[in-house]
Amino acid sequence: MKVVLQNLSKAFPSRNKKSKDEVIAVNDFTFEIPDGKLIGLLGPSGCGKSTTLNLICGLQKPTSGRIFFGEDDVTDLPAEHRGVGLVFQNYALYPHLTVRQNICFPLENLKGKDKLSKAQMEQKALAVAKLVQIDELMDRKPSELSGGQQQRVAIARALVKMPRVLLLDEPLSNLDARLRLQTREEIKRIQKETGITTVFVTHDQDEAMSISDLIVVMKDGVLQQIGRPQQVYDDPANLFVAKFLGTPPISVFDGRVADGRLFIGENDVMDVNGAPDGEVCAGIRPEGFVLDKDGPLVCRLNGVEVMGRDISILASHSACEAPVIRAIVSSDNTVERAEDSVRFALKRHKVFLFEKESGKRIAFQV
Amino acid sequence: MTAEAETIKMENNNRKAWLYLLPAILFLAVFMVYPLFDVFVYSFEEGYNSASQTFTGIGLYNYSYVLHDPYFLQAVQNTFILVIITVPLSTGLALLISVGLASIPKLRELYQTVYFLPYVTNTLAVGLVFMILFKRTPYTDGLANLLLSLVNLGPIDFIDGPYWAKMFVLCFYTVWVVMPFKILILTSALASVRQDYYDAARIDGTSRFRMFYKITLPMISPMLFYLIITGFIGAFKAYSDAVALFGTNLNAAEMNTIVGYVYDMLYGDSGGFPSYASAAAIILFAIVLTITCINLLVSRKHVHY
Amino acid sequence: MENKVSYETIERRDQRWQTVRHVIVYALLTLWGITVLFPFYWMLLTSVKSYASYNGEHIPAFFTLSPTLQNYTEAFTAVSLGRYFLNTLLFTVGTTALMLIVIVPAAFAFSRLNFRGKNILFALFLSLMMIPNELVVITNFVTVTDLDLRNSFLGLILPSVTSVFYIYLLKENFSQIPDELYYAAKVDGTSDLKYLLKVMLPICRPTVVTVTILKVIECWNSYVWPRLVTDDPAYFLVSNGIQEIRENGFGRENIPAMMAAVVVISVPLIVLFLIFRKKIMEGVARGGTKG
Repeated sequence: MKVVLQNLSKAFPSRNKKSKDEVIAVNDFTFEIPDGKLIGLLGPSGCGKSTTLNLICGLQKPTSGRIFFGEDDVTDLPAEHRGVGLVFQNYALYPHLTVRQNICFPLENLKGKDKLSKAQMEQKALAVAKLVQIDELMDRKPSELSGGQQQRVAIARALVKMPRVLLLDEPLSNLDARLRLQTREEIKRIQKETGITTVFVTHDQDEAMSISDLIVVMKDGVLQQIGRPQQVYDDPANLFVAKFLGTPPISVFDGRVADGRLFIGENDVMDVNGAPDGEVCAGIRPEGFVLDKDGPLVCRLNGVEVMGRDISILASHSACEAPVIRAIVSSDNTVERAEDSVRFALKRHKVFLFEKESGKRIAFQV
Repeated sequence: MTAEAETIKMENNNRKAWLYLLPAILFLAVFMVYPLFDVFVYSFEEGYNSASQTFTGIGLYNYSYVLHDPYFLQAVQNTFILVIITVPLSTGLALLISVGLASIPKLRELYQTVYFLPYVTNTLAVGLVFMILFKRTPYTDGLANLLLSLVNLGPIDFIDGPYWAKMFVLCFYTVWVVMPFKILILTSALASVRQDYYDAARIDGTSRFRMFYKITLPMISPMLFYLIITGFIGAFKAYSDAVALFGTNLNAAEMNTIVGYVYDMLYGDSGGFPSYASAAAIILFAIVLTITCINLLVSRKHVHY
Repeated sequence: MENKVSYETIERRDQRWQTVRHVIVYALLTLWGITVLFPFYWMLLTSVKSYASYNGEHIPAFFTLSPTLQNYTEAFTAVSLGRYFLNTLLFTVGTTALMLIVIVPAAFAFSRLNFRGKNILFALFLSLMMIPNELVVITNFVTVTDLDLRNSFLGLILPSVTSVFYIYLLKENFSQIPDELYYAAKVDGTSDLKYLLKVMLPICRPTVVTVTILKVIECWNSYVWPRLVTDDPAYFLVSNGIQEIRENGFGRENIPAMMAAVVVISVPLIVLFLIFRKKIMEGVARGGTKG
């Protein structure tokens, strides 16, 4: 089932009762979620991603704009008639019901011709429990389960009625680091096996990058960029997206373009044909630095961290926004730690230019 | 801290702690613990004379007397009727009102404030208002009868009239008095159920009734049982409500309660029999204890936490 | 699109349902609101009707065009309502103050000090919470009579002082204060008593206020014990006073004057409630029971 959001906006009345201002949580959102894909809705907290999720599932009504499931306009359809599955951040498992009863709960709501017999429900519940690998735990209460197991039950409950769309709200945020890695693979697997269009919300770019077919980056209620994870990483639409994606983060320098050359501080680092002259922000991915004795970018060397496969070089530069620049180079290189300074050449496709004021990307010939 | 230092600290605190506790212990010992034992002693002392403080023997005569006293049996009957009617009625009504309160978007605080008012009023004083609302006098049939006459009934004297009419007023006033506490407790219990559960149920297309029956009710069941248990205990101890409506001579009005019987035995026109009073009080305690235990057993089966 | 039409119908139906539901709910809530408020209205109304006009109404009137304050004067002059009022005030203040003096140190000892037998003693205290008043009142009556304290404030106050429940409530609150504060104060050479008065009590003020208000309500409405130990009207509290007024009253059945007395008795607590509404309701929700 493909999901289409058309010029979707959601405004809340301001907390301050006296002012008539509104808080715009989602601002003129338009995008299409292709059928059967896993979409990561990514952004810092308070960017409106949870609101977007609530709009899709019908718990909140948009101020304007339309929502389509396939060809159906569901904008005015209350949540209970939309046929979506939602996994809550803290799971919202009914504490007084067993795992089996929790999973059967949505099925018991079916009426009329959809009504199922006890045996059919049991069978469906068991099938979905097997899918998420909790079929051993059917008679336990949620309080007797670990966080990861509760998460699976919540997913099973959302899946059992074969929803048209599956929505996950920060599904991994309550798990510890090890479980998080494991569970995100699980989610990917379950989504692949069921083929249900899935949207999941997260503020963790690692998580979004690793399992999504498409990621949607949001900021302050405004859509920033949509694309395949690698594509968004390699070709960020603006400074915000470039900074938000990638660990270690991108290093941003105050730079200047003159006659098709990029200057960082005093260093004339590379040619950027096609970029107009003027002040710019230059972002360089950590893997974009190449150790080079004669390289154009001269930095002060702060330290070296050896991480096995890679070496992480900590440096600083007066034109850099952050106090520390992190460069990742292959461990084939050696760095003379006694030196005061280190020189880099740059990989052209790992360097991005942005307008100073707006943060918009400036194109140049690679 | 070394073991030695720890001991010194303990020693110091020992004396000091008992000093801090002394007033409370004194008060409790004199006015709670000693009376608790003494009441059993009284209940077994036969032929106790409060003037000379002598008694003729030890035995179960007091219990037997009380259990054969028609006034006591009347009081037991009244109390049981009162309990059986008011506890389910007030709890159910409070649940209905609290659920209603939780579902409205506006004016919730106003309603809550109004509903709480009976809690802070003097039972005796407001009981008088109920009395004049229901009483028939030579001058007027009263307001309750005015309403009854609209449906061509009555007039009935609810205060000095037939037994069931008096019982009706007593139950009505009792419910009116106990509602604030129940509404308050249930409202806060309902508010503590996380919105998530309702959202989850809504997305799964759960009907309102099923949401209430399958989610709300189990979630607030501990509080509901707490209310039922305290409700039973409170209703068994009914007394001032009856006095407020029917005056201090409850035996004459056939409206006495067990607690009323205890006090009447102790003091007043028919008083001066602490032994009978003790026996009656212990019988009451036994009844309340039994009912509470049954309640707890039932609740263990039905409460899910 | 066909689907769209049906979706809109669903939504409209849902919305109509919601409106109907709200109307029903508001109607029911208002009905109970009237049931609660009506007695208060009736008592105010009756209290400003004159004796003659009240008794002249064969069918009770729902309003009066000639309100009079005569009944209030009568309530204070013909019967000793002022006396009852003052007695209740003294009783309430005395009992509440004494209670605080007793329970605060006890709660402090249980929450802050370590001593042998603490857990057993605390369990004993808690088990006392289950003892119904009716069981102990008999002996207390005899004790107070033997001590010749009937018809005295001491006899009224002393047995009403302690409340295990309030000790428990306060102890729970005291225990939430982090230990570090205590050690810091100890290092600075603060005595336990000073720590209790200067640190713990101010921090736990909300609970102390709640306990005080609950006790005040309890005292103001207490009826059974005062009835047992006082038969001299000079020591009657308002509850007994109003009962006395009802039974031997104004020399004749003067209901408007009686209602005036009821208003006077009810007003202080209602005012207290309206001022401390949030605190009182929170306090009661935390486990207070009536009486």
